[in-house]
Amino acid sequence: MSEFFNAFTGANLNYLLGGLGITVGVSTISVVLSLLFGSIVGIIQFEKIPYFSSLVGTLNNIVRNLPLLLIIFFTYFALPQLGFRLPIFWSTVAAMTFFESAMLAEIVRGGLEAVDRGQFEGARANGLSNMQTMMHIVLPQAYKKMIPPIISQLISLVKDTSLASGIVLAEMTYRGQIVYAQNTNYIVPVLLVLTVVYFLLNYGLSLLAKWFDKRLA
Amino acid sequence: MEKIRKRRFGIIASLILVLVLVLGVLWASQTVKNNQTHQDTLARVEKKGQITWGVKADTKLFGLMNTKTGQPAGFEIDLAKAMTAQIAKQTGKKLTANFVPVTSASRIQLLKNTNIDGLISTMTITPERAKIVDFTNVYFNAGQSLLVQKDSNIQSIKDMNDPKYTVLVVVGTTAAQETKKYAPKAKVIALQDYASAMQALKSGQGQALSTDNAILYGLATENPDYHLVGGVFTKAPYGMAFDHNQKPMTKQANQALATLQADGTYNRLIEKWFKNVPGLDWHDLEVGK
Amino acid sequence: MTLLNHYFSVFLQGFGYTLLASLIALVGSLILGTLFAIMQVTTSKVARTIGNIYVQVFRNIPLLIITLFFYLAVAKVIKMTGFTAGTIALMLYTSAFIAESVRAGILSIDPGQMEGARANGLTFWQAMRVIVLPQAFRVAIPSLGNQFINLVKNSSILAFVGGLDLMYQGNLVAASSFDTFTTYIIIAIFYLVITLPLSYYVQYLETQLKKKA
Repeated sequence: MSEFFNAFTGANLNYLLGGLGITVGVSTISVVLSLLFGSIVGIIQFEKIPYFSSLVGTLNNIVRNLPLLLIIFFTYFALPQLGFRLPIFWSTVAAMTFFESAMLAEIVRGGLEAVDRGQFEGARANGLSNMQTMMHIVLPQAYKKMIPPIISQLISLVKDTSLASGIVLAEMTYRGQIVYAQNTNYIVPVLLVLTVVYFLLNYGLSLLAKWFDKRLA
Repeated sequence: MEKIRKRRFGIIASLILVLVLVLGVLWASQTVKNNQTHQDTLARVEKKGQITWGVKADTKLFGLMNTKTGQPAGFEIDLAKAMTAQIAKQTGKKLTANFVPVTSASRIQLLKNTNIDGLISTMTITPERAKIVDFTNVYFNAGQSLLVQKDSNIQSIKDMNDPKYTVLVVVGTTAAQETKKYAPKAKVIALQDYASAMQALKSGQGQALSTDNAILYGLATENPDYHLVGGVFTKAPYGMAFDHNQKPMTKQANQALATLQADGTYNRLIEKWFKNVPGLDWHDLEVGK
Repeated sequence: MTLLNHYFSVFLQGFGYTLLASLIALVGSLILGTLFAIMQVTTSKVARTIGNIYVQVFRNIPLLIITLFFYLAVAKVIKMTGFTAGTIALMLYTSAFIAESVRAGILSIDPGQMEGARANGLTFWQAMRVIVLPQAFRVAIPSLGNQFINLVKNSSILAFVGGLDLMYQGNLVAASSFDTFTTYIIIAIFYLVITLPLSYYVQYLETQLKKKA
């Protein structure tokens, strides 16, 4: 039992929690960027522009159907062969944004489709342009409905950041591995602590999503 | 009217996107092929005033992360610091050492991609690797060995030559390739890093962990129920590595290594890190004696 | 192309293990997920609480942590290979998501049907099996399909524990051929061979379902 607590010296705990900062940082930046790119792709798909929308939709499907782990490895190890060299933190952010944009595009498209058709026609009848209708009438409503699914995407991102331990990003899971590299008896305690920290963070987020869901309903 | 405009926009936008994609793919495949031209490492290092070394963060004695400082520590880290200072002296430029943790699986790619300038990461000099990177002279003589539980009946790699046994190795190490030659019937499973491999051994995922003896000694100090058996069955000389065709950098590094070995710095570092390792006589590792 | 020729059998072996892990995990997680979904809609408070805790825990922690836990900790007590550990972790993780999909399906069925069946003398389990679940599954099929696609993608986690899958083989090939770019592109195509058709089929089912509604 003493081994259990030996794993948690002040230095080790500090080191682990520092990793939490990187985990949260990567996930938050990625979700914000993905929302931006995902909205563009989602709107293109929603607008049903001949040829263009289905082409973009196909590309989006391809990205959505790849394992994120593969995209993370590709961005960090293969893209530099083309001259795109990013520090590991931003490389992870780029990989996650690329993948998550495709996921969010689907959510944005679904959110837009859920907005009542009459709203479009009403706004157009009042003399607003297509663009204005989208920006001022439709998108704000769609986003409000999308808050809960966006939060659950953030939860996925927090979990998926652990995959970046495979490219030696010093996020929480990698740091856990480093702590149990000191002494392999630390493995169970470290994994338990990681479980608790991830759970608290993500469960908190899921409660937040539920709260929005109720308030918006 | 608007429908026609939308249609025209769709066609044009699609054409542009397809064009961009096709050109992108062509350009990418071309660039990957022509990826051999790299800038001079020494010039880059001097310009930055910094050498970024790829080091181990999970290997006791050589490079292990210190969670208090957030910096790795070990024989190779100290040697890299001494090398950096010596190269700075030789070139008359100010240089500092910077460390990036790498794994055996990723290190050569990171060197090729110039994420790092040089490698000092328990890397064995092999003819295949020498085709794609430049090695310095040997800075440490290791050899592949086996780590097993003390009550195990396995005494050497020959005993493992049986389909019922599994040998654990790490992705990207020489052991991952060599083990099959010495025990062709045994199963070989490659893990991502030494910590996972050691833990896998303790969980019974395999009967032996095989890699360089120097690394196994580090694992054995922490896990007294395990010991090395059968001596070394391959020669594994460690060299520092730079990208291919980096003669100026390699020359500077070789000169620096020779100086450190001659002036006693090297032996002091050997003593510092290997003096208290059970089952290992650190005097064997000293140079010039 | 030479890379593909040279390592084709390696890629194919990885593809086989990826498929195998996905299929085993799919069947297992369907059974487990349905069980926990039913637990969440029963009248027993204990069953509901257990079902809830299970789903919340496995939904909110990374798959990698579960996988490492089985491979490094559980395997100390019960011997298992990386492939087994990864597949079990994949099954448990996915079952939490499947439980959510099935539960939503069950809740979408008019409670009157359950009451009617019970009034006609069927037990809770009989009513569940014969009346409610078949309808619930029909509603849940698109979302189950998406979970299966996620499962195939997530099976790449096996690479972390020497699980012999496509990603694991890809990393080995990348480490020995040094042509990371081509290797990962080939791996990507292998994954798409499984996931893309599935994804289009799920979309087709979704539109069919909408038409009916």
